[in-house]
Amino acid sequence: MEYVIEMLNIRKEFPGIVANDNITLQVKPGEIHALLGENGAGKSTLMNVLFGLYQPEKGEIKVKGEPVNITDPNVANQLGIGMVHQHFMLVDTFTVTENIILGMEPKKGSKVDIKKAEKEVQEISERYGLRVDPTAKIQDISVGMQQRVEILKTLYRGADILIFDEPTAVLTPQEIHELIQIMRTLISEGKSIILITHKLKEIMEVCDRCTVIRKGEGIGTVNVSETTTNELASLMVGREVSFTTEKEAAQPKEDILHIRNLRVKDVRGVEMVKNLDLDVKAGEIVGIAGVDGNGQSELIEAIAGLRKSEAGSISLKGNDITNLSPRNVTETGVSHIPQDRHKFGLVLDFPIGENMVLQTYYKEPYSKNGILNYKEIYKKAKGLIEEYDVRTPSEYTLARALSGGNQQKAIIGREMDRVPDLLIAAQPTRGLDVGAIEFIHKKLIEARDQGKAVLLLSFELDEIINVSDRIAVMFDGHIVANVKPEETTEQELGLLMAGSKKQEEGEL
Amino acid sequence: MFASRFYNIVIPVISVILGLIAGAIIMLLFGYNPISGYAALWNGAFGDLYFTGETIVKVTPYILSGVAVAFAFRTGLFNIGVEGQVFVGWLAAVWVGVALDLPMILHLPLAILAAAVAGGLWGFVPGFLKAKFRVHEVIVSIMMNYIALYTCNAIIRSVITDNEDKTENVAESASLASEWLTQLTFSRLHYGFLIALIGAFLMWFILEKTTKGYELRSVGFNQNASKYAGMNVDRNIVLSFVISGAFAGVAGAMQGLGTFQFMSVNSGFTNIGFDGIAVALLGGNTALGSVLGAFLFGTLKVGALNMPSAGVPKELVDIVVALIIFFVASSYIIRWFLQRSKKEGK
Ligand SMILES: Nc1ncnc2c1ncn2[C@@H]1O[C@H](COP(=O)(O)OP(=O)(O)OP(=O)(O)O)[C@@H](O)[C@H]1O
Ligand SMILES: [Mg+2]
Repeated sequence: MEYVIEMLNIRKEFPGIVANDNITLQVKPGEIHALLGENGAGKSTLMNVLFGLYQPEKGEIKVKGEPVNITDPNVANQLGIGMVHQHFMLVDTFTVTENIILGMEPKKGSKVDIKKAEKEVQEISERYGLRVDPTAKIQDISVGMQQRVEILKTLYRGADILIFDEPTAVLTPQEIHELIQIMRTLISEGKSIILITHKLKEIMEVCDRCTVIRKGEGIGTVNVSETTTNELASLMVGREVSFTTEKEAAQPKEDILHIRNLRVKDVRGVEMVKNLDLDVKAGEIVGIAGVDGNGQSELIEAIAGLRKSEAGSISLKGNDITNLSPRNVTETGVSHIPQDRHKFGLVLDFPIGENMVLQTYYKEPYSKNGILNYKEIYKKAKGLIEEYDVRTPSEYTLARALSGGNQQKAIIGREMDRVPDLLIAAQPTRGLDVGAIEFIHKKLIEARDQGKAVLLLSFELDEIINVSDRIAVMFDGHIVANVKPEETTEQELGLLMAGSKKQEEGEL
Repeated sequence: MFASRFYNIVIPVISVILGLIAGAIIMLLFGYNPISGYAALWNGAFGDLYFTGETIVKVTPYILSGVAVAFAFRTGLFNIGVEGQVFVGWLAAVWVGVALDLPMILHLPLAILAAAVAGGLWGFVPGFLKAKFRVHEVIVSIMMNYIALYTCNAIIRSVITDNEDKTENVAESASLASEWLTQLTFSRLHYGFLIALIGAFLMWFILEKTTKGYELRSVGFNQNASKYAGMNVDRNIVLSFVISGAFAGVAGAMQGLGTFQFMSVNSGFTNIGFDGIAVALLGGNTALGSVLGAFLFGTLKVGALNMPSAGVPKELVDIVVALIIFFVASSYIIRWFLQRSKKEGK
């Protein structure tokens, strides 16, 4: 058996668009096979075809040499194919264990044996080093942990061909490192993996071969050992891509965001932001570096008015905005690229055009005397879609139908377009391809050069180092160090983020 | 987008056809002739002007109760309290119609407005409790239905009348009845039909055209994103329930000011509100769909009365209606078949 998976000349159409056109993907047993392509190139679609969620218009699929007809995910499961989706498919109000066992619950008589299930989940999670709390509810855990639950779900189902659709986009560098270890363990146990990622470094590090698709068409498959990141990038984008960001030195001016002694609790009532001080000046980009779960999300939600501050003060250009409503915060001068694009960033069942005015729909010219002006709304949307290269059949397409990266680009376009004084960018380039990342970084710097204050939250240390003018390291609810990007290294940042002290020299 | 719109039209039509076929099979099984059965149904609904008039009379409140349910659905809420809101609307309209003496130009609008306000207030309660205390709206609105039923009965008996079982007729200045239409059709056909159509138009207009409607839809789809966008989620939940209740209240006014001209003590529910759920479902929760759904529903109900003349028991029609709803509710299956056959056709 030469290939465990063969997808031959696959074609998949959506209304108004050909998402996959004549794509061939062949996966050898025991390899990690990368699938690379720009946002909207058709990677998720191809994998959804393999997982039985979509039926291809043309083409043939063979699993372990046998031609198969994967009509739905159950068939895929039976064939040993498991998928970790780009956007999680978890039931928010269920616990971690309930989600993992959903559909294959261990029974005791006619009842679900939840104790046994929890034990099993605990075991698998320990075996693969996927730290989860089996009894926590999905809605209460971090995005990173939700991702681990998704991975556990496939492992629990005993899949031997695993599809990971951008698993690392939401993980911190440490977690990515762990995941890479996990993938290696899986391979050594004879499993095969298809990995979608926009991070070329990861492909170079773990993958054996890489199939590239561009605008729905298969470009070819290369051996990773015989290629370079630059070659991969240009294969995928169709032009040269630069990886470092050119920028002038910052010219910080007056304080825009001014936070003192801030305390914020998370949903469970645990204090996550503890007596935090932070300033962001006009004309500078401050990057927050930190391991996920050290209070960054709570900090940002507090600034944006989405979470109550227990104590302390947040002010914007001298105006107190502590505990104002999100509308008031927005109007005082904040725009916000949220960390969780599906939860906060988009109304998925609205057309992408209507999503482009999510904060401004009630203002002229989009609304006059309480009546919407769709012409203006869609005109605006059309402009933003072009400027930010959001790939969609039209501005009337439902946001749900856009690829993950293009949804992200739409949000970024909307928020960057109306930056009043402060732009909060929480993981803005998550899930974007290298070309789009380059573009977004340019835009962030452009906003800075226009005298806006930019607060950047990212788990990508090279993004933080490349784009920020100042780095605030967050650990356990505090800013534990302020460092200059030119004067630090990823290693030093990593140590600071893990809580090693630099207080003597570095504290505010 | 085209595809989904296409399916939204095709699926109810297929559902209805399947329902009719299923009904025919059942008639055959019981030894009745489905063709004469359906002919009698058609004649009973549209056979002459009288029947047509009565059908429209039946359709009128269904449009509004369907709109009420659909409006709430579209904003993410399940208003099962339409039934109760119809009751209080009916009572409020009749009360204003009986108690006041005003020129028609004031009296009629005031009576309808009273119905809308009463229904809106009744809707406010579950909306408020949901927004404020996260109490599930279904539970509260079911309770509110019973409260409405018995409160209306009590008010009719001991406040509006002196221990009578029904109120007086509303003043002519508050009546929707039309001499012209009555003479034309000899039925109870009244102007309420136009008001119902205006109601459906309003639903469409509010949801699709207004800024508030944008908010309501957004909240219905994604509360977190709506909050992030600066909308007041709680206030929108309450508002949606109030508007939905107002539509339901006006459905009651159609009965009170149009069809019956009075309100009597009821021993049980009218089902106008509950049937509104089916109407909304048939209509895919859109305004136009609710109008069409109400038509179908009303036609079947009125036409059914004539089916015994073909020897078919009218209970069978209830079965047919139930089957149609069943097929719409399980539209997933039809969608699946359509997509599958499309794929195989290629
Ligand atoms: N359900 C759908 N309905 C209509 N169009 C869709 C649907 N899903 C995807 N598409 C379209 O198909 C194309 C490919 O999307 P896909 O999600 O496969 O991209 P992707 O390569 O995974 O991109 P990303 O890196 O951004 O996740 C996009 O243009 C997208 O708009
Ligand atoms: Mg994708």
